[in-house]
Amino acid sequence: MTDIRYLAPSTLNEAVSAFAAGGSAARILAGGTDLLVQMRAGSVKPGLIVDIKKIAEMTAIEQTADGGFRIGAAVPGAVLAEHPRFGEVWPGVLEAVNLIGSTQVQGRASAGGNLCNGSPAGDSVPAMVAAGAIVTVQGPNGRRELPVEKVPAGPGRTNLLPGEILVSFTLPTRPPGSGDAYLRMIPRTEMDIAVVGVGVSLTLKGGVCSAARVGLGAVAPTVLLVEAAAKALIGSKLDDAALNAAANACSAACRPIDDKRGTIVYRTKIAGVLLRRTAAIAARRAREN
Amino acid sequence: MAKLHVSTTINGEPAEFLCEPGDTMLDALRGPLGLTGSKEGCSSGDCGACSITLDDRLVCSCLMLAVEAEGQDIRTIEGMAHGEHLHPLQQKFLELAALQCGICTSGMLVASDALLRKNPKPSEEEVRFWLAGNLCRCTGYDKIVRAVLETASDMREQGTRESWQ
Repeated sequence: MTDIRYLAPSTLNEAVSAFAAGGSAARILAGGTDLLVQMRAGSVKPGLIVDIKKIAEMTAIEQTADGGFRIGAAVPGAVLAEHPRFGEVWPGVLEAVNLIGSTQVQGRASAGGNLCNGSPAGDSVPAMVAAGAIVTVQGPNGRRELPVEKVPAGPGRTNLLPGEILVSFTLPTRPPGSGDAYLRMIPRTEMDIAVVGVGVSLTLKGGVCSAARVGLGAVAPTVLLVEAAAKALIGSKLDDAALNAAANACSAACRPIDDKRGTIVYRTKIAGVLLRRTAAIAARRAREN
Repeated sequence: MAKLHVSTTINGEPAEFLCEPGDTMLDALRGPLGLTGSKEGCSSGDCGACSITLDDRLVCSCLMLAVEAEGQDIRTIEGMAHGEHLHPLQQKFLELAALQCGICTSGMLVASDALLRKNPKPSEEEVRFWLAGNLCRCTGYDKIVRAVLETASDMREQGTRESWQ
């Protein structure tokens, strides 16, 4: 470990220059709850660590002019939970972020790290996908924005270009009658990795679902946006037929692995079950708004 | 490569130490700083035995680089008692035998203290969720949870919260 260099720049431009120059041996440090474990296990041997927490934009939570939210990529889960408004507007996203690890892990772990770690089972990612979050990234060629579901490329891999750093998540304005929720299946009650995770965000107008997005995790090489499930919900009153169609769409979208946490058959079935439960919670919240 | 020099505050006192860039805060505490109260259980953030607070936020010191302590406020189990006077949580853990082998105890105490600072009147469920990242293989947790709840109740009744901030 003696060859590691550590930098904690105070500007994004410095961070991008250093990260790009560091090449494939460079790693970004936000909360470190994945990176330090990987270093300890020897699976990652960084030549350069760029700590982004001294960059104001990375740790800020802002309400945008149109009533959306911009969350810095390095904002810890515990800090997001203490925001006076965020959890009221996006309870599903907050639940998903707060499901990651223990109290201690929440003190450090960020949604940005969860996304860039590239795990198909990252809890915050399906909820962010359902929310329609747009991420801002900055690299040697400047800034760009992309939908959050375009970031994961496969287990442990992202579509960020060399030298690009995730800066923030932008969540859109919430129309009245909107609600979101995230549920995951784990064999214990706490502190485990999702066997299946489902995020649902929807809007109800006069009892009819006018907009919906569904994110599905831990059942494919990346978290999925399940457009067929959303389509089954939109235009319906979230009756049994619509929920069953959406559940079937989720099961059909699954391309899971068999492992010690769940079989292919189990994960595929549970994806549908969780869709129904998650949509019910999102709908209840939508009716209360 | 030369070691990095870190200036920080530990348990309210200025502290300086040297570390390698890849050292964890737990390495620094137990090594150059000689503060061996924080224990190394898993070194992967699962067990909570190395719990400290970083700017009043509960974290695992094994999941933090030592160099990140620069300019920050670190609190460890060593700062919990006031000289010979045990913190009410420490006293209650003794009275209720909320420990056996002791490896988890400093992490349990630091985490419980962080809970009571944030929430002076936690429910049993809140205590159990808060401490879900602190593993204990001896006690079965019941005595620990009871000790935290009784301490919270005592501190509310006696108004001793402020003197232990």
